[in-house]
Amino acid sequence: MAKMTGAQALIESLKQEKVDVIFGISGGALLPIHDVLYDSEIRHILARHEQGAAHMADGYARAIGKAGVCMATSGPGATNIVTGLANAYLDSSPVVALTGQVPTYSANTSYMIGRDAFQEADIIGITTPITKYNVQVKHASEVPHAVKSAFYIATSGRPGPTLVDLPKDTQTVKAEMDFSENLQIRGYKPNIDPHPLQIKKAVKLLMKAERPMILAGGGVNLSGASAELLQIAELLMMPVATTFMGKSCFPETHPLSMGNIGMHGTMLANKMILEADVLLAVGTRLQDRSTGTLDGFCPDAKIIHIDVDAAEIGKNVPVEVPIVGDAKPTLSMIYQRLANKIKKSKNNPWIKQVQEAKDKYLSELDLGSGDLTSPKLLKELRKLLPEQAIIATEVGQNQMWAALHFQTIKPRTFISSGGLGTMGFGFPAAIGAKVACPNSPVVDIAGDGSFRMTEQELGTSVTEDIPVVVIVLNNSMLGMVAQWQRLFYQKRYAAVKLGSVPDFAKLAQAYGAEGVHVGSMAEFSSVMKNALKTEVTTVIDVPICPDDDVFPMVPPGKGLKDTVGGL
Amino acid sequence: MEQKYVHIISTIVEHKPGVLYTVSNLFRRRGFNIDNISVGPTEEPGIARMTIMVTGDNRTIEQVIKQLNKLIDVLKVTRLDPENIVTRELALIKVNATSTKARSDIINYADIFRARVVDVCTESLMMEITGTSDKIDAFITLMKPFGIKEVARTGITSLSRGPKSVKIDD
Repeated sequence: MAKMTGAQALIESLKQEKVDVIFGISGGALLPIHDVLYDSEIRHILARHEQGAAHMADGYARAIGKAGVCMATSGPGATNIVTGLANAYLDSSPVVALTGQVPTYSANTSYMIGRDAFQEADIIGITTPITKYNVQVKHASEVPHAVKSAFYIATSGRPGPTLVDLPKDTQTVKAEMDFSENLQIRGYKPNIDPHPLQIKKAVKLLMKAERPMILAGGGVNLSGASAELLQIAELLMMPVATTFMGKSCFPETHPLSMGNIGMHGTMLANKMILEADVLLAVGTRLQDRSTGTLDGFCPDAKIIHIDVDAAEIGKNVPVEVPIVGDAKPTLSMIYQRLANKIKKSKNNPWIKQVQEAKDKYLSELDLGSGDLTSPKLLKELRKLLPEQAIIATEVGQNQMWAALHFQTIKPRTFISSGGLGTMGFGFPAAIGAKVACPNSPVVDIAGDGSFRMTEQELGTSVTEDIPVVVIVLNNSMLGMVAQWQRLFYQKRYAAVKLGSVPDFAKLAQAYGAEGVHVGSMAEFSSVMKNALKTEVTTVIDVPICPDDDVFPMVPPGKGLKDTVGGL
Repeated sequence: MEQKYVHIISTIVEHKPGVLYTVSNLFRRRGFNIDNISVGPTEEPGIARMTIMVTGDNRTIEQVIKQLNKLIDVLKVTRLDPENIVTRELALIKVNATSTKARSDIINYADIFRARVVDVCTESLMMEITGTSDKIDAFITLMKPFGIKEVARTGITSLSRGPKSVKIDD
């Protein structure tokens, strides 16, 4: 037991959680904390907007697999992180948010919270539906327990964002602090290990399968189960499709990789998954963007569904074998049982059929006409980057082109807003990822519309010396919305033309970053190579044709069998 | 479409501010409707019981239970077997009673329903009645011709019959 202020206890708790960096913006209700932070070894990265800070923490968490921390002052500071938390919630990302709050008591009024004090917002009420857990500290002595709970809950089971709200007086009052306690949370006991009987059933089904296929989701990345996934796939020669969030959990250069399924999945993955007789779905919530309409999704397949969150199993798709468990131990147990029973599968009619389809798909792949198209640029980018390079994306056409055409090889190297589709996510997330992995190149694939939503973080990137590369695929449009208007609204381009788009190169230069325009593929290659060598953030502005669409595409309200356009 | 039934879910929760909001907000957000809810402390300090009545098909109820289980402040969720429970609701009913005849009729009906008169004045009577929701509905219907001034109902509360109890897992 030690006597200290709430602010000191907070920093001590963060040290115990091995936090080395906080992304945030200060303010009146955080002053006691920042004063203690000033003397600590924890790095504080000053963002330019709290939404950016939250996305940075999210990008950091996704890149490294430990909790990312963001901090904002009370009222508007706290409400500005809401989008970031909602984003982390839908993508199961372990973000811990710390918010300042007006004091519980003040000298002239007895109780201050609830009186609409200056910069007061009910952030607990506001974030209840978009956090896994949130808590308001009522007394300084509660700080160690609150922080410990927030980190434990954010990172265990199905990860997700948590929030600790710290009224200003709880930061300054001294109390006996207990950091040693063994954390017992009565209502929280995540189930990590699968039931052996269900494993047995799954193995039996897989052994009998003639056309088995794996659908791997974001849970595989989160759980670090890529090696186990690869073992099973190779043992049974099972083709592997990934969901959008699952991208990078299986090497896309592997012969068994089918690429992504879903609304903008590959034709190969979307068509082959419909042929499967057994589908091993792991760490995916089988959401509508992945499955298309459920009517006709894997019509002949018996589905084995593995998820650490019991509520996801059977929520959208009825399954044959439900397995509640974390992807890593579950896949490991399945592999052990399979390996005891069979030797490595040889080529069989199913895998031959898949390979033929893949060869056909690759030979007919259309990357668009002209020298510099988005798909061609992404293929070229792959050649220029090492395997461990991290790609972050904004939201829209840029994101879908990146998912389709940039082949990921290592886990956790594709960071994108899947569930919420948050424009403005990619750039700050890239900054967070670079802080987590300073030795890996980090590239944000951006659209001009999305980049403009958080472009002010150029200030953070330059000032804090966090060099990333931003490639702006610039069509002066909200491209994905325009694509839908082109395809489904008779080309009535309402509210998508951005008009006076700034000169992104000059904008970057104004912040002290590098800014370059490119007009050809050769130019792009040379600029990109330079950007990877320089120690400063570089924005590469690439004009693309505003009429370019992302294909393949499953039209809204249709099933995977209706995938159209492109190949 | 799967048949919808009324289900009673007994939920043990942390007894602290904000938990009712967290639970009711979950129902709102996921589009489940609460037919009826009652909350109160249990025999154990710091622990409350929520009895929630929901109408839905089996898949909906399964989701309701799974989603409730995910809430950190929810300690235990149990779907009660409708064949094997005791369910009660309390209502206070204030009725116009200006004539002697009306007054006597109302008291007679109250006796039959085992309701108790808990307040009397020259113009009205107030009764308390406990029982199943159906019984209370029937009594209210009977009181309507006299002119109901006010009704307050608690929502149902339920426990399983027999020695077994809904306890928090260790």
